[in-house]
Amino acid sequence: MIEVLRAGALTTVQDQGRPGWAHLGVPRSGALDPAALRLANRLVGNDERAAGLEITMTGCVLRVTRAVAVALTGAPADVLWRAGTAQSRPGDVGRPLALPAGAVLRVGPARAGVRTWLAVSGGIAVEPVLGSRATDTLSGLGPPPLRDGDRLPLGTPAGPPAPVDLAVMRPLPDELRLTVRPGPRQDWFTPEAPDLLCHGAYTVSPDSNRVGARLAGAAVTRAVAGELPSEGLVLGAVQVPPDGRPLVFLADHPTTGGYPVIGVVDDVTALAQARPGTTVTFHGPQR
Amino acid sequence: MRIRPVGAHALLLDCDDPEQAQAWRAELWHRREAGELTATEIVPGAVTVLLDGVPDPDAAAARLARWRPRTTTSGTTGGETRVPVVYDGADLPLVADHWHVDVPAVVDRLRRTEFRVAFCGFAPGFAYLTGLPPELSVPRLATPRTRVPAGSVALAGPYAGIYPTASPGGWLLVGRTDLPLFDVHADPPARLTPGTRVRLVDAP
Repeated sequence: MIEVLRAGALTTVQDQGRPGWAHLGVPRSGALDPAALRLANRLVGNDERAAGLEITMTGCVLRVTRAVAVALTGAPADVLWRAGTAQSRPGDVGRPLALPAGAVLRVGPARAGVRTWLAVSGGIAVEPVLGSRATDTLSGLGPPPLRDGDRLPLGTPAGPPAPVDLAVMRPLPDELRLTVRPGPRQDWFTPEAPDLLCHGAYTVSPDSNRVGARLAGAAVTRAVAGELPSEGLVLGAVQVPPDGRPLVFLADHPTTGGYPVIGVVDDVTALAQARPGTTVTFHGPQR
Repeated sequence: MRIRPVGAHALLLDCDDPEQAQAWRAELWHRREAGELTATEIVPGAVTVLLDGVPDPDAAAARLARWRPRTTTSGTTGGETRVPVVYDGADLPLVADHWHVDVPAVVDRLRRTEFRVAFCGFAPGFAYLTGLPPELSVPRLATPRTRVPAGSVALAGPYAGIYPTASPGGWLLVGRTDLPLFDVHADPPARLTPGTRVRLVDAP
């Protein structure tokens, strides 16, 4: 069991999401950087698909009621743990920790980036919904975001923690270069729109969330006004609403939408760590 | 039908009309079942079908270009789902105005229409039902309601829809149903899946 002493701004249960249900209006959801959560799971000896926690910006404080291995990946943060009356001991993002029963784990605010993933040996064992334990902030499927006082069940550990001292995290870039492939709705935009997108610098807006990263910058000019008949959306779709400010869809994106998509970002995981104000540039695929 | 690339792992079938999109959706579900197509998602839209999680989109597009949807199925799957509706929606008079008829005529029309689920979206289990003629399209409310109760039966554009859960919404309310529309423990979890024929019958 994990007891949530301080949930923080937004801490959610996440795994690899629930793909395969989009035709029924069910978003994919899952960790915003699925590879980071898989790594954390491997570090504690879990199946990669096990559920962990996605901790946003402000950190959180947890108590474990049994001895567990834990590992954090993603955004760097100060990590402290304490058992009984002993002095607090430091930990690190990327370094598996063996916590005794009753230990309190304190994950500090992200020093850079936005999100840190926590895996616990045995995985978070809340009831799966449509094959996934992920909290979907758009549809409300899965467990609600953590609140102070919540208790989360743990599963049975699958194997020993990985014999790894430290997994080195990818450094977080100051500026994100995103590769975007044109389409499917280029014809809804003016001929110069792709150049505007690829030569302009955008910044991540504060109203970005797990649904999408909203970008401020040069408006992408549309040739056709209004909405197109609703059509399916993919992860990384760059949708342009009437105000011309592009929005890049992330894991909790709606399954269908009516604003035209000018292009699709190949890999959106870097956006999981993009704080408001971070510069984003778009580039065509290298040939 | 035109095939448009979508990113590195998806294709969008841009169809000529909603009927063709429904036929393609049925055809592609069938082809995937038969092992002739690999796709994590086959998502119908109003006049499109999205294939996502396609390992080799170029090869898939080449194969798709040789396929034709079977017209015999015309996209319909399964039997007919009868949804018991109490026709007491707050916007019935507004719909009657748009249709230039009285409220009983609106209700009668909805009772007699054979609907079909064209696609899902907006929320898990929210089905866009086609079957009303285009001239009976209605606009959304200029100011959406902050909360529409679960089970609300409503109209917008050429579609009818039923809110599976309470949410904000701008569709015109014509009635309500007690029928559960989304249950994560059911198989499939949505009562109204694409291709399902639907009747909005009087609740007993």
